[in-house]
Amino acid sequence: MSDASEGTGGLTFDKSKRSWPNELNVFGALILIIVAFEILGAIFMQQSLLFDTRDRFDSIFNEARLRIIIIQVAIIGIIAIGVTQVIITAGIDLSSGSVVGATAMIAMSFAQVATVNGAANPKAIFGEWALDLPWIIPVFVGLGCGFIAGFINGVLVAYARIPPFIATLGMMLFARGVAQWWSLGNPVSFPTEGYAKIGAGMMPVIIFLSLAVLFHFIMNYTVYGKHTYAIGSNEQAARMSGINVPRHLVLVYVIAGMLAGLAAVILTSKNLTAQSGMGLSYELEAIAMAVIGGVSLFGGRGSIIGTVIGALIIGVITSGFTFLRLGAFYQEMVLGMIIVGAVALDQWQQQRAAARA
Amino acid sequence: MSDIILETKGLTKHYGGVHALEDADFVLRHGEHVAIMGDNGAGKSTFVRQITGVEQRTRGTVLFDQQEVNFSGPLDAREAGIETVFQTLALADDLNVPDNLFLGREKTKFDWLGPFRLLDYKGMRDDTLAGLVKTGVKIPNIKNTIANMSGGQRQCVAIARTATFASKLTIMDEPTAALGVQETEQVENIVRTLKEQGESLILVSHNMRQVFDLVDRIIVFRRGRIVANLNKEDTDGQDVVAYITGAKTGAEYEGAA
Repeated sequence: MSDASEGTGGLTFDKSKRSWPNELNVFGALILIIVAFEILGAIFMQQSLLFDTRDRFDSIFNEARLRIIIIQVAIIGIIAIGVTQVIITAGIDLSSGSVVGATAMIAMSFAQVATVNGAANPKAIFGEWALDLPWIIPVFVGLGCGFIAGFINGVLVAYARIPPFIATLGMMLFARGVAQWWSLGNPVSFPTEGYAKIGAGMMPVIIFLSLAVLFHFIMNYTVYGKHTYAIGSNEQAARMSGINVPRHLVLVYVIAGMLAGLAAVILTSKNLTAQSGMGLSYELEAIAMAVIGGVSLFGGRGSIIGTVIGALIIGVITSGFTFLRLGAFYQEMVLGMIIVGAVALDQWQQQRAAARA
Repeated sequence: MSDIILETKGLTKHYGGVHALEDADFVLRHGEHVAIMGDNGAGKSTFVRQITGVEQRTRGTVLFDQQEVNFSGPLDAREAGIETVFQTLALADDLNVPDNLFLGREKTKFDWLGPFRLLDYKGMRDDTLAGLVKTGVKIPNIKNTIANMSGGQRQCVAIARTATFASKLTIMDEPTAALGVQETEQVENIVRTLKEQGESLILVSHNMRQVFDLVDRIIVFRRGRIVANLNKEDTDGQDVVAYITGAKTGAEYEGAA
């Protein structure tokens, strides 16, 4: 009681209990992984992963590889932005990969050209009326598909009280079925020029990073973001505080669904075709990005920045293994270990923090 | 009459065949601090749950601020001006102090943005500091998350939440049951501060010393009924225990239990 003079409250500020932003840890891990690849590259390949060693005068970095690293994670990264929000509410979305598949087929059907090389489009799904439409229509169709899938997920989770794992597992199977049924397994191809521009070149990266900035802002500076964290942190407290928890959860799942729909639009635009198997296991990669980025599966903790860094970690590992000419199977083994390691580290930190408090 | 903030008449709650609360007549005046005591299962928490709208009463009327009220949930009660510190703390662990204080009633800007309206962080921080000053709670770093705080600190935050909003009545359900000696003292100091500020309070507690330290009047529940209404000056610990155990029953409640 020596500090009784401090007054009624007497809460003291302990510097050791100051919270350290988790994103810094994740960023540190990214740097560590890059350093490891640089060392391995210097030893085994006599090359650098990220730095330009051949042409010192033009640029510091190997820009081609940097571009590949980010472009290969951009589309799944867009999905991961939505998945991050779902996981922060202590939910999970297993359906995003299949929603990409179904949305790809449906949206692409409204993006087809009328004539290919002077003949009628052999892959046309609908009649004349759906051909040569302005690019905005298939984009809206894609967002609409994502909206519907997300809305159903949200209603199942929030109002029917079905555990998110089961609700979105059902949607995962259903949406994949829709994707295969849509054109009975045939690919949908030949998009209009306008549609093909959406995912061309660096567009996926630009869209991914713009959305990351937008949702970083939303999660940190709006009521939506605050309530998302509150629900994941203590759903009962959120309810007792007057937050309409079910309505908010539906909104979160709708946003995640629409981001998956947008990813499908970009993916089909980039590939100039839609196939029913598109987006296979994207949901798991998106969850992996979020988890590596420090988003807690127990809800309440995590950030968009963390997920973006998590996406970059996956991109660097993928590129790094190709760079070292190691097979893709090693890469998956390492990714698996990193995911488990990230969660184990997080658990350990939480327990330590709890013990200190 | 106008100094009465809360009044219940014949308040009754049955859970099936269990008569948890029977004909409770209760009056609380402005600025008065009243303790509710009684053995486990005596009906204390049931009584609080009927007032705060957590449960719907079987019979009886509740008058709050001279108006008959029918709260459909704790939110209604809060909007009317009844703030409750629940036994299970309604705090979000991963949010900091102002976020928790303003959870569900954030100060915002650009409200036309709907769910994406912006948070007025500065306004909430200023109000939080004002609320902490009002309650005498000192938290040097209100940006710390609740997860980094001790049980007593959390309880202080929960109480500060009730004081930050100009409530007419504060109800605390065993606010110190899970706290250590020092933390209990912090909470009790906050209660004294509320008293000085003229806040009305209902304190549910098992702690005899605490009750005699903090309140003006003691209501004793036994087997679902109010059996005593004692001014602190006219009674002592042994007397209260006699009422709690059933050795004595208040004159005006004879035949009730």
